[in-house]
Amino acid sequence: MELAHTTNTAAQSYSPELRELLFQYTLQLADTSLILGHRLSEWCGHGPILEQDLAMANIALDLLGETRSLYQYAAELEGQGRTEDDLAFLREAVEYRNPLLVEQPNGDFADTILRQFLFDGFHYLLLKQLQNCPDKRLAAIATKSFKEASYHLKWSSEWVIRLGDGTEESKHRIEKALDHLWRYSGELFQMTPVEQELHKAGFIPDYAQLKQQWDEHVAKVFAEATLEVPKNVFMQLGGKTGLHTEHLGYLLAELQYLQRAYPGLEW
Amino acid sequence: METIVEKSLEEQFEEKIANEIRIEPKDWMPDQYRKTLIRQISQHAHSEIVGMLPEGNWITRAPSLKRKAILLSKVQDEAGHGLYLYSAAETLGASRDQMIADLHSGKAKYSSIFNYPTLSWADIGAIGWLVDGAAIMNQVPLCRTSYGPYARAMVRVCKEESFHQRQGFEIMMTLCNGAPAQKKMAQEAFNRWWWPTLMMFGPKDEESPNTEQSMRWKIKRFTNDELRQRFVDMMVPQAEFLGLTVPDPDLKWNETKNGYDFGEVNWEEFWNVVKGNGPCNKDRIQTRVKAHEEGAWVREAALAHAQKRAQREAQKQEK
Ligand SMILES: [Fe+2]
Ligand SMILES: [Fe+2]
Ligand SMILES: [Fe+2]
Repeated sequence: MELAHTTNTAAQSYSPELRELLFQYTLQLADTSLILGHRLSEWCGHGPILEQDLAMANIALDLLGETRSLYQYAAELEGQGRTEDDLAFLREAVEYRNPLLVEQPNGDFADTILRQFLFDGFHYLLLKQLQNCPDKRLAAIATKSFKEASYHLKWSSEWVIRLGDGTEESKHRIEKALDHLWRYSGELFQMTPVEQELHKAGFIPDYAQLKQQWDEHVAKVFAEATLEVPKNVFMQLGGKTGLHTEHLGYLLAELQYLQRAYPGLEW
Repeated sequence: METIVEKSLEEQFEEKIANEIRIEPKDWMPDQYRKTLIRQISQHAHSEIVGMLPEGNWITRAPSLKRKAILLSKVQDEAGHGLYLYSAAETLGASRDQMIADLHSGKAKYSSIFNYPTLSWADIGAIGWLVDGAAIMNQVPLCRTSYGPYARAMVRVCKEESFHQRQGFEIMMTLCNGAPAQKKMAQEAFNRWWWPTLMMFGPKDEESPNTEQSMRWKIKRFTNDELRQRFVDMMVPQAEFLGLTVPDPDLKWNETKNGYDFGEVNWEEFWNVVKGNGPCNKDRIQTRVKAHEEGAWVREAALAHAQKRAQREAQKQEK
């Protein structure tokens, strides 16, 4: 939270175009951690083991913390007087920029673990690079979240291994999850025009490189988990440009309920 | 022979209790002391876990990101309390699986307060302020309870409970200073939670069969009625500060006893909820059972994987 109070002198010297790009990108990152954190928080009180209930709430809290720092910064970049809550609670599904993967429903524990694992690998690699982002605010947020993301990736990798190399049933379930969720993994690395521009400007890494490292990590974990890496799967895209699955609308209806029902109040 | 040894052990035990020396897991203790503690600690652990549900009900609908983060971390704390308390009960020889089975079968109880529904966001404020407030009142004396692991668990728990109460009060305060619709929401939640909270202190002293023995063993430090009185005396000024009306026409300051007189708790409702007829008893247990049953394959997988690992390690050692 102290991040919110550091003035970002660099942001003031950005051209309007660059500022807009950074706003869009920061918003996309914020949407992503908000939606995934929200999904994880749905588990709270319903986990398969008390210890894992705690772990999922922990990760949800980390993501929510990252979300807030990002929305606060996005609001400043935009400079229209919107707040973190305006950005989270008063935008429509088509304005959300999260990848499709993170809005997928929790399903069973295997679905949740696999969704987390696919995302964590990307999140970890991205934040690792963003720590060196020339934008100081993004770099600071990435540095804080990187430590957390390292733990998330360790947790989800271990669970993929446990479920893959556990019982027949757990293997069957994680394979089913893979069958369903793998097709959303490609979008993480598909660069939108905003991302391409920011890469050209030297603000964010080339996602093709991240993808290589991600592939390596996935292959290593899957080998230990005795799982096959799927091949030739058609990748679903769209979330990062506002074309979502039908799941997002319901998630937002719940998330935004009070702010929509009682506009303009303090809570 | 045996009786002589037992007697002296019992004397040692009583001496420790009298001298405020903590009883530790390896110490000899009367069977009934052990049973009472297992019952109380596991009940307390179950209350923490079931208590996650009514508040968890609003995590996905919290009205701001800040409130969402605070609520999620509060509910997560409750899970942590459940863990410490299950561990404390395990030091007495109870197993977590058995305790959970007893909760699911209805043999073990948990705090009845969690059998009431959370109908509006203000209920989250009311629970933090009133329910965690009552929990603190019940639990602070338990930091000095005679059984060591329980007392130590309660020290950790109580630290977090005071943060819970503060966030609840803050929600109520924001609502009470807000729009008329918010103030109405707050008053309605207060009306719903006030009496059930007073029930949290348990039946009247004359109808509480375990109190006397528990007081002698210093498991309990105050009677139910003493704690209920203290709670009313503490909360009424806070309600006044918030501008809320206590839903009790008999509430009146009593100069001579330097405390409030208050109306009679609806004991029929109290016993009804205890017996399983509260508005949410069935739902709460069903939800817990469902989570547990649907998690069975996960626990089995974790176990199977750990065994495979251990086997592979052992094979490596042999080579
Ligand atoms: Fe408690
Ligand atoms: Fe608690
Ligand atoms: Fe609490």
